Amino acid sequence: MPLVAEETQPPPEPFEAPPILDVASHEGEAGHSLWQDAWARLRRNRLAVICGGFLIAIAVLCFVGPLFTQDPNAQELSRYITAPTWEHWMGTDTHGRDLFARVLAGGRVSLMVGLCATVVSLVIGVLYGTVAGYLGGKVDAVMMRFVDAVYAMPFIIFVILLMVLFGRNFLLLFVALGAVEWLTMARIVRGQVMALRRTEFIEAADALGLPKSRIIFRHLIPNTLGPVIVFTTLTIPAIMLQEAFLSFLGLGVPPPDASWGTLINEGAKSMEEYPWLLLFPGLALAVTLFSLNFLGDGLRDALDPRASKD
Amino acid sequence: MLKFIASRLVQTVGVVWLVATLTFVLVRFAPGSPFDQERNVSPEIKANMEKRYGLDQPVWKQYVNYFGPLIAHGDFGPSFKYSNRTVTEIIGDALPISFEMGFWALLVALTLGVGAGVLASLRRNTALDWLPMSLSLVGISVPIFVVGPLLIVTFSIHLGWFNVNGWNEPADRVLPSLTLGFYYAAYFARLTRGGMLEVLSQDFIRTARAKGASEGRVVLRHALRGGVLPVVSFLGPALAGIVTGSFTIETIFHIPGLGRYFIQAALNRDYTLVMGTVILFASLIGLLNLLADVLLAWLNPRVKLD
Amino acid sequence: MITLCRSTSLRSLLLPALLATLALVGTGCKKATRVAQGNKDQIFHYGNGGEPSDLDPQNVQGVPEHHIIKALFEGLVTMHPKDLSAQPGVAERWEVSPDGKTFTFTLRANARWSDGQPVTADDFVQSYERILNPKFAAPYAENLYLMVGAEEYNKGKLTDFTQVGVKAPEKRKLQITLRAPAPFFIGMLRHYSWFPVPMGTVTKFGKKYDKGNPWTRPENIVSNGPFTLKEWKPNDKIVVQKNPRYWDENSVQLKEIHFYPIDSTDTEELAFRAGELHATNKVPASKTDAYKQAGTTLRIEPYYGVYYYRVNMDPQKGSNPALKKAEVRRALALSIDREAIVKNVLRGGELAAWSFVPPGPGGYQTRDKLKYDPEGARKLLADAGYPGGKGVPKISILINTAEDHKAVAEAVQAMWKKELGIEVEINNQEWKVYLAAQNNMDYMVSRSGWIADYPDPNSFLGIHTTGNGNNNTGFASPKFDKLVVDSWSAGASGKRTGMLQEAEGLLLADMPVVPIYFYTRRYLIQSSVKGWFANMLDDHPWKYIYLDPAAPPDRLPVLGTAR
Repeated sequence: MPLVAEETQPPPEPFEAPPILDVASHEGEAGHSLWQDAWARLRRNRLAVICGGFLIAIAVLCFVGPLFTQDPNAQELSRYITAPTWEHWMGTDTHGRDLFARVLAGGRVSLMVGLCATVVSLVIGVLYGTVAGYLGGKVDAVMMRFVDAVYAMPFIIFVILLMVLFGRNFLLLFVALGAVEWLTMARIVRGQVMALRRTEFIEAADALGLPKSRIIFRHLIPNTLGPVIVFTTLTIPAIMLQEAFLSFLGLGVPPPDASWGTLINEGAKSMEEYPWLLLFPGLALAVTLFSLNFLGDGLRDALDPRASKD
Repeated sequence: MLKFIASRLVQTVGVVWLVATLTFVLVRFAPGSPFDQERNVSPEIKANMEKRYGLDQPVWKQYVNYFGPLIAHGDFGPSFKYSNRTVTEIIGDALPISFEMGFWALLVALTLGVGAGVLASLRRNTALDWLPMSLSLVGISVPIFVVGPLLIVTFSIHLGWFNVNGWNEPADRVLPSLTLGFYYAAYFARLTRGGMLEVLSQDFIRTARAKGASEGRVVLRHALRGGVLPVVSFLGPALAGIVTGSFTIETIFHIPGLGRYFIQAALNRDYTLVMGTVILFASLIGLLNLLADVLLAWLNPRVKLD
Repeated sequence: MITLCRSTSLRSLLLPALLATLALVGTGCKKATRVAQGNKDQIFHYGNGGEPSDLDPQNVQGVPEHHIIKALFEGLVTMHPKDLSAQPGVAERWEVSPDGKTFTFTLRANARWSDGQPVTADDFVQSYERILNPKFAAPYAENLYLMVGAEEYNKGKLTDFTQVGVKAPEKRKLQITLRAPAPFFIGMLRHYSWFPVPMGTVTKFGKKYDKGNPWTRPENIVSNGPFTLKEWKPNDKIVVQKNPRYWDENSVQLKEIHFYPIDSTDTEELAFRAGELHATNKVPASKTDAYKQAGTTLRIEPYYGVYYYRVNMDPQKGSNPALKKAEVRRALALSIDREAIVKNVLRGGELAAWSFVPPGPGGYQTRDKLKYDPEGARKLLADAGYPGGKGVPKISILINTAEDHKAVAEAVQAMWKKELGIEVEINNQEWKVYLAAQNNMDYMVSRSGWIADYPDPNSFLGIHTTGNGNNNTGFASPKFDKLVVDSWSAGASGKRTGMLQEAEGLLLADMPVVPIYFYTRRYLIQSSVKGWFANMLDDHPWKYIYLDPAAPPDRLPVLGTAR
């Protein structure tokens, strides 16, 4: 990184970027940070608050719920697929297991996988994309060709070899999912940053010789948040369904445990005869996605420095 | 610009070579050989088969044996699994089909997706925003292996409009292309809306509006250019994914496209076919990302290609 | 702001456009189904289950290939469609020498290839040379090892093919000499590895021992069966048409067979329901109940195969010490409630397996059957030094990822835990990883299946001999090996049955393999299909099949809307 070269330049004047585009400027002027501002704005968005609460409720239900439900793996073979009743709210599956308990227990896995892999992809993808887009030139070329190369590698072979090397390991799941999901994120962020790079305020910041890390974290990343949040909310369900494919390859949840992804996969096989086997895990995923999305929308608005002017 | 494109093409060749080499080595380290079957053959027969395909030689020598004819006259070799067909033939047969399906799907995805995204961003928090955006969420959260069979049951079985499987009549294109198109339309819609919202609140749009430019002009001439940036960035990988076919859709609708070979080749350890598909995919990724970057620069004059 | 007028105009444009599209598409509403049309034209539409890897009978090893190859080629004998007895094929008759080891086949004068050339004894000799030649590396060469010298030639220990037990003394006389007078030899001949290939055509389009030889392409192929190859569109469909030069041309009634290599059973079922297939290869388990209620299209037939768990008892390679004790293995076998698995988990009419050899042709019955005895199992486990399952290291069940395997493994896992107190984990792997682990003996318990190649118990017991490529358990019993080999020479007698029973008894006492259930074939077939009979080998010779145009349409389940 050519950051060292920059430091030999004369120390910059304190720089105030145009308030319309620079989020960092809020910090100094009103005595409360961007995040406090955003938080205040978010709280005023009723839909986002409801959705956030809903997400927390789902998470609590999935992580604490299984302690109070029936054992999600307790079989009763003679009870092959029964429709929902008062005893089994969501019916039972092929082995007579309580679907409600399985959906809750599966939610633990799916939420954890969805969250962790998304965070991995978010952190790597955003940083990588910003650096590549901002520095441009040869650095960008090398970084983006690396993304192309990883993207083109055969995923199945990659996963199989990972398992040969490290055995069946739950952590590997995050590695495998994170390894692919950050690539597209990096491309999207890079595209945004390339457009931002030539805007007046970034050029001004450059001209003033602000450290590049400051430009990246204070000025560039906050301005890409819109598409980033949108793409993140798209990534989470994709990851949850991908996990089911990894289960097929033997990485993922070992049977008899389930995840939303594997439950949906199995439910889809008999969706015409026993639609509830697909419906309930599908609903769990969809409701989570909808909440995430409206929360994401609210978050985007809250973080948008221009929003307050409207 | 031409210099940029030329240099990118050279880089792409490098990437393809790197990916091909890595894959060549990795696939040989994956457990299981092309000849492992449920019904085991005796070690002697297996040794004979490995010798027949040169798998008894050290990896570097196999590498030379593979890349030699490939570079000399573009020969990708015969498939291990489909033994009387060459990899070139297999890809040559399947690629046009995937391309065609990809074309229709892309048409659906871009018109529906970008259209709905623009509309939603202009009519923020109205029914015109809620409805398409909720639909797009449904499109993302309902997996293809659910959408496909549902379409078949409705349109092929109950209504009898389409064949369940095959890729022969023009009507056979409809359901698979729609299934694939809807999926990407959902992505495009959300990305467009996000990008548009970002742009619409910017000063130059306000200025344009204040100057009395018609709404259509504001949207088409000014906002859309910036608004579709995320879509354009996503377009490279998305296009590569779309035109190389979808394993799930091709399986559900029984279409002889390329998507199935990507998965099956890896699962069968069909070494030569894996190589063929990977080289194709890596090249496409390189080319389509180049296209996306050029498009990015064209849409946004601020972006400099260097 | 977009004006209201503008958005309405947009909407007013959109709706007619949408309707127009729908109308355009809907004009072809409810045409005659492919099946109905096929019934009239004698064109059979078949769900083949998968794309064939090749159509060279000597270069394939799967079931999808078999369906097509048996339409294109014919061996010395064929099978009776009902009772599987041997019927004359290319050979019109055959004689057996008094010692039962030499078979002399007389080929029929009017047996010819589709290019008009007669099928000669020399064609067979040359074909067997090709399949056994180590340079060709045929996957199914092992099937011919019963012939004198075949194994040695295939393994390169013998280079002079004239010493292999196949001769053509005359143009229409073929003589095959066996290592032992095996009573199942004639039954083996139904298998495509014994079929002739047109050597002139093979060498015309490539080298004799080349794998990528394009002689099997539609424009090149020459065959001798009831049908010839008309069209091969990979992963789409394969069309064969009636062969006018087939010797028994008059009894072939189908004009064409269209094979659809559909991998997914769900897609196959949808195609069947839409009237696009006469018969499917399989039917999804979840759909069986609906089809049972709807009518007559569902077939469930016993199949000559066993689903079992291999147990790694190898003294060196076994990684779980408890599994090296026969008592533990028997305890595992006795504590599986097979009836519950068959009835509640599989639900496809499968039979609980209390022996390794399925009840089948020839009236073979297992003598010392297993039973469901959790009490006895616990006692055995205690005797082995693991009372209440204490001290047994966690057992890992290796399966390849598939719905049915997972369902059975989950049930077995729960049973072993409940009855024996043994901790079990399920290790699902992708197909090739699973195969590699099983072949390298890198497993504890592994799901397996075995389908007979020919209608004889030997097909099941032979694989457990020491060092057999399909043994893979570490089971090595000289006594068992001797019984199996000796039974070949015992003729088709009660003595032979006794030897096989004794051998199976040894197997079940040592329990390297835990049988779970006997397979059934489960598929859908339209009632307009005639001449298709149930049999243990799921072999339905195409030449007996025809379509009845007068058959009323079948009642199919109305899924989805019914609930």
